[in-house]
Amino acid sequence: MEHKFVVSSSPHIKANDSISSIMLDVIIALIPACAAGVYFFGMRAAAVLLTTVAACLLSEYVYQKITKKPITVGDLSAVVTGILLALNLPVTIPLWMAVIGSAFAIIIVKQLYGGLGKNFMNPALAARCFMLVAWAGNMSSFVTPFMGYGADAVSSATPLAVLKGMQEGTLPSLLTAFLGGKAGCIGETSGLMLLLGFLYLLLKRIVDWKIPVCYIASFAILMYLFGDNQTGLSQGYFTLMHILTGGLLLGAFFMATDYVTTPTTSLGCIIFGIGCGLLTFAIRRFGSYPEGVSFSIILMNVVCPLIERYTVPKSFGEVKKNA
Amino acid sequence: MFKTFRGGMHVPDHKEETNKIPVREIEGAPVHIFPLQQHIGALLDVKVAVGDYVKVGQIIADSEAFLSVPVHSSVSGKVIDIKPYLHPSGSEVTSVFIENDYKYEVCEDIKPHNIDEMSKQEIVKVIRNAGIVGMGGAGFPTHVKLSPPEGKTITHLIMNAAECEPYLTSDHRRLLESTADVVFGMRICMKLFDLKKGHIGLEANKPDAAEAIRALKDSSIEVVELKTKYPQGSEKQLIKAVTGKSVPMGGLPADVGAIVINVDTAFEIAKAFKTGMPVTSRIITVAGDCIKNPCNLDVRLGTPFEFVINQAGGFSHDAKKLIMGGPMMGTAMYSLDVPTIKTTSAILALSEAASVYDSDSPCIRCGKCVKHCPMQLMPLYLSKYAQEGDIEMCEKYNIMNCIECGLCSYLCPGKRGPVQNIRMAKQKIMEKRRKQK
Repeated sequence: MEHKFVVSSSPHIKANDSISSIMLDVIIALIPACAAGVYFFGMRAAAVLLTTVAACLLSEYVYQKITKKPITVGDLSAVVTGILLALNLPVTIPLWMAVIGSAFAIIIVKQLYGGLGKNFMNPALAARCFMLVAWAGNMSSFVTPFMGYGADAVSSATPLAVLKGMQEGTLPSLLTAFLGGKAGCIGETSGLMLLLGFLYLLLKRIVDWKIPVCYIASFAILMYLFGDNQTGLSQGYFTLMHILTGGLLLGAFFMATDYVTTPTTSLGCIIFGIGCGLLTFAIRRFGSYPEGVSFSIILMNVVCPLIERYTVPKSFGEVKKNA
Repeated sequence: MFKTFRGGMHVPDHKEETNKIPVREIEGAPVHIFPLQQHIGALLDVKVAVGDYVKVGQIIADSEAFLSVPVHSSVSGKVIDIKPYLHPSGSEVTSVFIENDYKYEVCEDIKPHNIDEMSKQEIVKVIRNAGIVGMGGAGFPTHVKLSPPEGKTITHLIMNAAECEPYLTSDHRRLLESTADVVFGMRICMKLFDLKKGHIGLEANKPDAAEAIRALKDSSIEVVELKTKYPQGSEKQLIKAVTGKSVPMGGLPADVGAIVINVDTAFEIAKAFKTGMPVTSRIITVAGDCIKNPCNLDVRLGTPFEFVINQAGGFSHDAKKLIMGGPMMGTAMYSLDVPTIKTTSAILALSEAASVYDSDSPCIRCGKCVKHCPMQLMPLYLSKYAQEGDIEMCEKYNIMNCIECGLCSYLCPGKRGPVQNIRMAKQKIMEKRRKQK
């Protein structure tokens, strides 16, 4: 029998992971948060989700078709971007704005910089910041969960705005903040569901604990020590409320762990996480916005290459040369 | 907690397919082929002529060069040809063809040596003349390894029984079936450095082997159980795990007072003293998802691959890759006609699904290669700079410290082959350095 063998340089076996399998795991991890969004905000949340996912996929497909590049929608990264963007939008967002935001994320932030792996900012977050600037009103009008979204919708202050004293309103209980049912973006409502998804990613070894833990811990310590607490609540309660409300958990678990825009070194991840925590604290404490997660992560995205350059690990047996 | 090193990861090892089956000695092939290059070092000179009758253990090629060991016949019979022939490395090497008469007449020179009456130089000479090399796959002449440069004090003699490559169980079986001989071989090496203690480092997935060694009640031998993690059997990682010391970048194990020998190497040393028989056979793990009956075979060297595979029941289905050695660092063969040599620790036949890399996606900076690199390098950047031909940046990121374990390529979700790119850049750098000299 004639045998034809493939000759190539070692190794000759491969792990089962692929880019699409990793993206699929991230999508699975986001399902609880999506479900919570739909449960608390109604079917319109599902409509926003479907719109951004479809718009992201279509933007990628059309861009690659026009520029005659290989079509890579099959890697599912555009689906992840679409879901993350929707989770960062209020349920009342006009769908056409969601479409433009999706196109911005995929075409401007991702494809124009060379596509998957080349973008230096998280596409969903960059699009969210763009939308915040372009449609400030629509982007910060939040409704009370379970209250519908039509003419009878009751607009509601987000807990963060209340914490900051920017708007009148009542704070949810910590339990509600954790389980879900507070006003805010679609994906922010349930801390528990975000945590479930994150644990899944940890278990599957898709993400590392360092960035989220350093992010949340540094933010918590700063808020506990230096937070401007005028709520009459204890400082611990105030800090916990800060962690559980707004986009901190969503950002820390799913946005600050984006592979492409975060460091690959151990030390780099710790610095990145602490940097995010510091910036989020600074914006929430001193800024004019109630929320600071998106801007913090994006700013850290931008300095990521710098962090990585200065945190190259010492190689095995390497003796630093005397300067 | 088992001892280990930083980085690395467990790779599915498929060892249970062969590690319980005793080694089976197979008959010789009709014609045995002996390439004159089965070690790292000088090419040998042929010591026989076409038509000569040779016996088992007889020298058929040797050299005056220090970095060389002789090659011996594993069969008795007539030399029928001497010509360049396909070598497992992929190139053609002058090889001696011997027709097996199946009588296995042993050469008269083969006789035991009494180690107690020998000087250290004589001991090293016996090891050299027995044709012993690093049997794990490196093929570095053992007598050279056992002659460290002047001024280096050896404090640790470590036996590498980690066997971290998937599929491979030949060292495991050797340890189980010839425990006393392996330890005897190790003690000979310890004697060379007047060491009172030697360490055997093995992965924790071989508790039966650890038990077998401990059962000898030899207080001079310490078994060190290591975490089952690739590449635990890499020399630097093994030394780190056992002694806690890091071999300096660009340095040798002797720089931290360590010498590492392979299980089969120790066995061959023992055999060379006990019977006088040089390296003429070895245990080969024949496995992979395309082999019908995976097993360990005791094979007379020079047997063609096809003959060995047929002894393991042949192919179960269409193999796409034929590998000599382990799947992580072994060499792919394109022909079944190549002969087994001293460093053939395994013959693996893998299917397309298991072994062929099909995609080349962009780097998504997942960081797995950085996290798991046992040398704490950044393969994603080394690979990028290597592809761009940026030698300067490659060197800045310590490319020459890469041990080419292949873990980065194994792990890469984009199947981008960082180690392959790194390997090419390293070759370029070595060429450049040679020219500058």
